[in-house]
Amino acid sequence: MKFKQLSLFLENQPAHLKQPCQILADAGINIRTLSLADADQFGILRLIVADWERAKRVLEEAGCAVRVDDVVGLEVPDERGGMAHVLSVLERGGHNVLYTYAFTFGTASRAVLFMRFEDPDAAIDTLQGGGITVLEPTRWLAVSG
Amino acid sequence: MPDPVAPSAQPFSPASASDYLPGPQLRALQLSRLQATVARAYERVPLFRERCEQHGVTPAAIQGLDDLRHLPFTVKDDLRETYPFGLFASPREEIVRLHASSGTTGKPIVVAYTHDDLAVWSEVVARTLSACGVHPGDTVQNAFGYGLFTGGLGAHYGAERLGATVIPISGGNTERQMMVMRDLGVTTLCATPSYFLHLLERAHAAGLDWPNLPLRVGVFGAEPWTEAMRQRIERESGIRAYDIYGLSEIIGPGVGSECCAQQGLHIFEDHFYPEIIDPATGEPLPDGEEGELVLTTLSKQAMPMIRYRTRDITAIIPEPCDCGRTLRRIQRIGRRSDDMFIIRGINVFPAQVETALLAVEGTLPHYQITLARQGSLDQMEVAVEVTESVLSDTVGGMEALRKRLADALEHVIGLRVGVRLAEPQSLPRSEGKAKRVIDNREG
Repeated sequence: MKFKQLSLFLENQPAHLKQPCQILADAGINIRTLSLADADQFGILRLIVADWERAKRVLEEAGCAVRVDDVVGLEVPDERGGMAHVLSVLERGGHNVLYTYAFTFGTASRAVLFMRFEDPDAAIDTLQGGGITVLEPTRWLAVSG
Repeated sequence: MPDPVAPSAQPFSPASASDYLPGPQLRALQLSRLQATVARAYERVPLFRERCEQHGVTPAAIQGLDDLRHLPFTVKDDLRETYPFGLFASPREEIVRLHASSGTTGKPIVVAYTHDDLAVWSEVVARTLSACGVHPGDTVQNAFGYGLFTGGLGAHYGAERLGATVIPISGGNTERQMMVMRDLGVTTLCATPSYFLHLLERAHAAGLDWPNLPLRVGVFGAEPWTEAMRQRIERESGIRAYDIYGLSEIIGPGVGSECCAQQGLHIFEDHFYPEIIDPATGEPLPDGEEGELVLTTLSKQAMPMIRYRTRDITAIIPEPCDCGRTLRRIQRIGRRSDDMFIIRGINVFPAQVETALLAVEGTLPHYQITLARQGSLDQMEVAVEVTESVLSDTVGGMEALRKRLADALEHVIGLRVGVRLAEPQSLPRSEGKAKRVIDNREG
């Protein structure tokens, strides 16, 4: 039930974000979603792609250092209180969200959230127990690919 | 009937060598040889005489070994600028051998030997091998390069002088090296440590059975290597690995050697007098303090070297050695003063920076040091490439890494310096010696 998220270290300079994106484009790999955490001198690019192993390989062959982490993907209604509800379920289970990023899909009134936890398996149990739809990576990446 | 034989034809006996002279006797020998060498250079080498006149000293100033400090230094550029024969102190007809450095940067340097110089060279290399536990009757595979480089021929004649059997295989051709090692009963290998590591890796693949080889001793030199490398070599091959020291400007291999104690290198100081100086001021430092090694030849005829700055950083170990040799030792050499820079009055070596990076990350990342001047204050920044093993997916994780690196650098250097995290493969790389320090300070 967990997604593999790739993280890359980037220097905070013009064109440095484009380079890994171009490498993936040249390899025919679509970036499904991303987030960028930025500090003064550098940023960390986090990517969700369908074929993470191949993406990691082509990025490493191009000289990038790539880290892989498990993240949890979930779906909530795209409406007022959707996010707050998820967070209150997590709060009851005592889970700390290390970071999250969210996006909506087309016209469907659903939003997708990716979340990183210290213990993703326990968080998945809590979320499912609270009636929240946790995304199954293979199916989700195939359907929305 | 007594046979008039040349001294070099007599059997070599380590026990009678000058390795065990009582201190006062050794100092007296050094002083008389020093006085003769200085007089010879003053008389025959115009550059040395000129320098002495500028310093207002004459050979008569050398009344004790401490008086050496009054004499001018010799540096590598002096050999380049007087290329090829400018520092020779013997007429050309007395010179029986020339060696030269490869001259990768600018002009090469040329060094010369008389008959007597070659005899001294053979003796000090024989004493080197003896200190490494090689005996008459051992079989020595000499994988140092033969030719203009002093390593090959230096080790060759030293091994013969000791009474060992020499296999003059020179460097390269790993297959043949392994065949010779297996088939000819080799007990001793002379090589660079990195070449032996290569041999070790290839031998495993080729199925060479280390424990059943008679190989017992590795005599390694001509490049810096670490204690960690020694431990790996000894563990994987079962041999004892010894560090030796030498440089062409002084004689070649045979300037110093480890002994069975493997605790520092004895300098053959009846022929080469060591001093340690502060590389920034040139002032001599007492035994035990770390600085640049300066060597003076005490018996060389063709090319005496007075206070030659080796650029190698080490310290003299004054305590007596367990092996019984009375010769003083130097610490194993890991860095050179060429690499040193000064920031806010503190001497810093890239090796110190490496120690700090290694302590934090476990392996040494690629790095570069940049020095700049902001206002009147010097700034130092260390750019460190991020590798997969230290990469975090959070900004907080990367900032914590940066702080750990800065703390470790401050601990080693004694100065808070900037740390910049850099993308993998982003710092410049160069063939051989990487350009580790960029100095953008003016003046």
